[in-house]
Amino acid sequence: MIPGSFSYHRPASVADAVKLLSDLGEDARPLAGGHSLVPMMKLRLASPAHLIDLHGIAGLKGIRRDGNNLLIGAMTTQHDLLESQEVAGSVPILCEAALLIADPQVRYRGTIGGNVANGDPGNDMPALMMTLGATYRLEGPQGAREVAAADFYQGAYFTILEPGEILTSVSVPVPAAGHGYAYEKLKRKVGDYATAAAAVVLTMAGGKVATCTIGLTNVHETPLLAVDAAKAVIGTSLDAAALKKAASAAEAIMSPAADARGPVEYRKHVGGIMVTRALQRAATKAT
Amino acid sequence: MNDMTPTREQRTAALEGMGCKRKRVEDVRFTQGKGNYVDDVKLPGMLHGDFVRSPHPHARVKSINSEEALKVPGVLAVITAETLKTVNLAWMPTLAGDVQMVLADGKVLFQNQEVAFVVATDRYAADDGVNKVVVEYEPLPPLVDPFKSMDPDAPVLREDLAGKTTGAHGPRKHHNHIFEWKVGDKELTDAAFSKAEVAIKEMISYHRTHPSPLETCQCVCSFDKVKGELTIWGTFQAPHVIRTVVSLIAKLPEQKIHVIAPDIGGGFGNKVGAYPGYICAAVASIVTGKPVKWVEDRIENLTATSFARDYHMTTEIAATRDGKVTGLRVHVLADHGAFDACADPSKWPAGFFNIVTGSYDFPTAHLAVDGVYTNKAPGGVAYRCSFRVTEAAYCIERAMDIMAQKLNMDPAELRLKNFIKPEQFPYHSALGWEYDSGDYHTAMRKMMETTGYAALRKEQAEKREAFRRGETREIMGLGVSFFTEIVGAGPSKNCDILGIAMFDSCEIRMHPTGAGIARMGTKSQGQGHETTWAQIIATEIGIPADNIQVEEGNTDTAPYGLGTYGSRSTPVAGAAIAMAARKIKAKAQMIAAYKLEVHEDDLEWDIDGFRVKGLPERTMSMKDICWAAYNSVPPGMEPGLEAVSYYDPPNMTYPFGAYLCVMDIDVDTGVYKVRRFYALDDCGTRINPMIIEGQVHGGLTEAFAIAMGQEIRYDDDGNVVTGSFMDFFMPTAVETPHWETDFTVTPSPHHPIGAKGVGESPNVGGVPAFSNAVNDAFSFLGATHIQMPHDYWRNWKAAKDLGAVA
Repeated sequence: MIPGSFSYHRPASVADAVKLLSDLGEDARPLAGGHSLVPMMKLRLASPAHLIDLHGIAGLKGIRRDGNNLLIGAMTTQHDLLESQEVAGSVPILCEAALLIADPQVRYRGTIGGNVANGDPGNDMPALMMTLGATYRLEGPQGAREVAAADFYQGAYFTILEPGEILTSVSVPVPAAGHGYAYEKLKRKVGDYATAAAAVVLTMAGGKVATCTIGLTNVHETPLLAVDAAKAVIGTSLDAAALKKAASAAEAIMSPAADARGPVEYRKHVGGIMVTRALQRAATKAT
Repeated sequence: MNDMTPTREQRTAALEGMGCKRKRVEDVRFTQGKGNYVDDVKLPGMLHGDFVRSPHPHARVKSINSEEALKVPGVLAVITAETLKTVNLAWMPTLAGDVQMVLADGKVLFQNQEVAFVVATDRYAADDGVNKVVVEYEPLPPLVDPFKSMDPDAPVLREDLAGKTTGAHGPRKHHNHIFEWKVGDKELTDAAFSKAEVAIKEMISYHRTHPSPLETCQCVCSFDKVKGELTIWGTFQAPHVIRTVVSLIAKLPEQKIHVIAPDIGGGFGNKVGAYPGYICAAVASIVTGKPVKWVEDRIENLTATSFARDYHMTTEIAATRDGKVTGLRVHVLADHGAFDACADPSKWPAGFFNIVTGSYDFPTAHLAVDGVYTNKAPGGVAYRCSFRVTEAAYCIERAMDIMAQKLNMDPAELRLKNFIKPEQFPYHSALGWEYDSGDYHTAMRKMMETTGYAALRKEQAEKREAFRRGETREIMGLGVSFFTEIVGAGPSKNCDILGIAMFDSCEIRMHPTGAGIARMGTKSQGQGHETTWAQIIATEIGIPADNIQVEEGNTDTAPYGLGTYGSRSTPVAGAAIAMAARKIKAKAQMIAAYKLEVHEDDLEWDIDGFRVKGLPERTMSMKDICWAAYNSVPPGMEPGLEAVSYYDPPNMTYPFGAYLCVMDIDVDTGVYKVRRFYALDDCGTRINPMIIEGQVHGGLTEAFAIAMGQEIRYDDDGNVVTGSFMDFFMPTAVETPHWETDFTVTPSPHHPIGAKGVGESPNVGGVPAFSNAVNDAFSFLGATHIQMPHDYWRNWKAAKDLGAVA
């Protein structure tokens, strides 16, 4: 539980950080909150020769409304999210999910950028960002680009980030007024990753589901959008048959690993239940 | 008498003696981060050691190459078994009469076993060195399942024992067999079963878990070559035993070894034994001439130092049709891992597991325990329980529920019917113990009345009907547990560790101004001894507890004692304190008689001093007697006021309790909620009710963790898969249920102040309460026994296996 030696860098701008990452190549890793990277380093599962600490870059932190989008700087902490009136008012599901991430000490340190960029299937924010239709801003040696969250994740700890690229901000389209939302997460204890979790954002019209998006956490090597499950409830009043159909459709795309949280069958089964419960609770919040 | 004269109540309260909820004096430093732990020990030139550990559960070590490690800046030495052989320390004796490799000697027998010890100028360099040591292994087939350990073709684990058909505890039946321990009357018990109207039989497993104190095991060893003296600061629950063991195995004179246990951050049995880290740090200090620190990390603590439990108990109860038990038969398969490193009193290979008849009047019983080797970490320590008592309590309390189910009786009723009756104490159990005292019926009835047990059963019946009708997916369980602990090891007639009788000790030295210092052979790891020991003295000799300084843990200054574990401190050292205090009081009485110019028989004790019988105005306070003891003692008397007592207890003490857990389980997810938990404890005389409550809260939290998920688990290949607090369930305040505590008081008749132990009772009694609640919840669906731990997915699986989930 003692990391190997490394050089520490603290650039003051994104350009400097990108340059460092490019120059130092694969031996360098950007450091945000450190709650994924540092434990890996302590286990010597990761041994970067250079850490590029992003805390010195002032422009990477903060939350602001930009038209119909919420812009969140990559170095914004989960605690900052929870403190933000803007987030609570416009995308409250972010607060609900952030409260289920680890514990207050971790949330003071852990960042949105780190959570979504690391590609850890256990992290909560990626599925949520896919559900909300968010885009990520990536800045690298070739300039900046915007990528949909849904296109970002390619495998466990494997994303479309190119060498030298840094995820600098997240843009979240503000859901329609009166939308319903829920993030249902089953975990063994505070601080644990989800055994299975489901995010739902929907709108209701005349007692029936008008629009619906469903995201799934930690039931596959990447976060998932449960497209068929969402389709299954549109136009329904979330009756038992529709809920069952949605849960089955969601379970069909899950492929969790067996681990101490339970065997595959259990994790899929409760994944379906999380979808059901998230749909029901989201519907009660929609106006 | 003017208004300023304190009343008797005020004088008593000023002492903060026994029965007072005195605030913990040690918390002043702990809550300010000012404790002094082993890792706070920093000596000039101190080096740091770290282990190369085996990735394999079973393998031959072909070679160890340290060349590259020694090139790492700061790395000074790499110690291997070959190095240790030069000082005859490659192997060390265990407390259980076995031997254990200090560093891998030819082969490794469990994953994360210590292979080499790298010594460097700082912890980072040591770890860099660890990563550069190249070990060549030839993997061997691992033996993981204890039930396969004695198969004819099971791999040979302990080649060092080849040809040894007898171990420390008698004959060995197989190359992986350690001992067989039999107690009770087999013939009579078999006869009871052949005549039984009703019998149950169930294999009840208590899974492997770990005490997991927040502070891991650690030490600093400093060898002074000039004086030939070794000083060891360490996380030791039994510092004197460590000193003696070091003296015996390192062949150093005992007076040249100084063992200091500073503040300890939790022990729970994990810090009783001796570990390779201590030996390696000591050898490294002797080799380098510099102090060497070894600090375990979390993974090492969970996977290498001293697991607990791992008992697989095939249990049978015979009974009459109307529910009177007539016999108990238990066979235990005990998985000890690669070496038998249990920390039990030496003559007890399965600890006090023969308390397994519990609180019930079994006319006959028979017990056999087979200990076996597997490719797992060694240990088998008493995790917040007296030796193997929590396994025994779980075994009998689960089995009584199974019998109640078979008889279609309420589990509380079956217990009430079979309790040892108050008039039967002292009670001789079928497996050889003499229970000192108890009033089980009163405790059980108080639990049932306070919790509204009958109403809860009614609610459960209604919920079951609602479940059957499909109106709810939640089931409700009531977990009844009534345990009898056996604590206070122990009487010299049957308890020793490596031949040292398990007495304990206290030395009290009063100062002229009416203050004093008390030193003990015990060692607090959070139990609050500095607070409670002073309270006993306060009541015994009438000096305010605040004026008594309590000191433990330094073998140079403390009287010899066997340490703190197995809830033995109050039953043994607590008695020594009272006895030492009474010696002080006896001398004080002579001084007071001299000063008051009366015969000592004319004096009587009154709260904080002596008074002349019939003349209540003629008094001498203990404070004034202390002064007199140093300047005007009676002619012929030595000055001074101090006393030492070594207490060899005549018997164990037998605390008991009645617990109830009310639990709701969502069958679709397996998620449970502990709706209510009530714990009534009877630990005899209560020294500090607040500390008792804290102990009960802590022990129940551990019991909750163990029953509901805390497990050291190995996969089929022998890899340990629960090496961090992510997967090893350590509940936080969020998961921990609310605890309701209660008590009755049945003093121990043989203990000077009537006290029993309490620290471990909640762990012992708590585990069956939780497990019985889960089993009770599922019983109406057809379950007889569901193995622990009862984590979410296993609850769901139970529901699924019973057809309650599609």
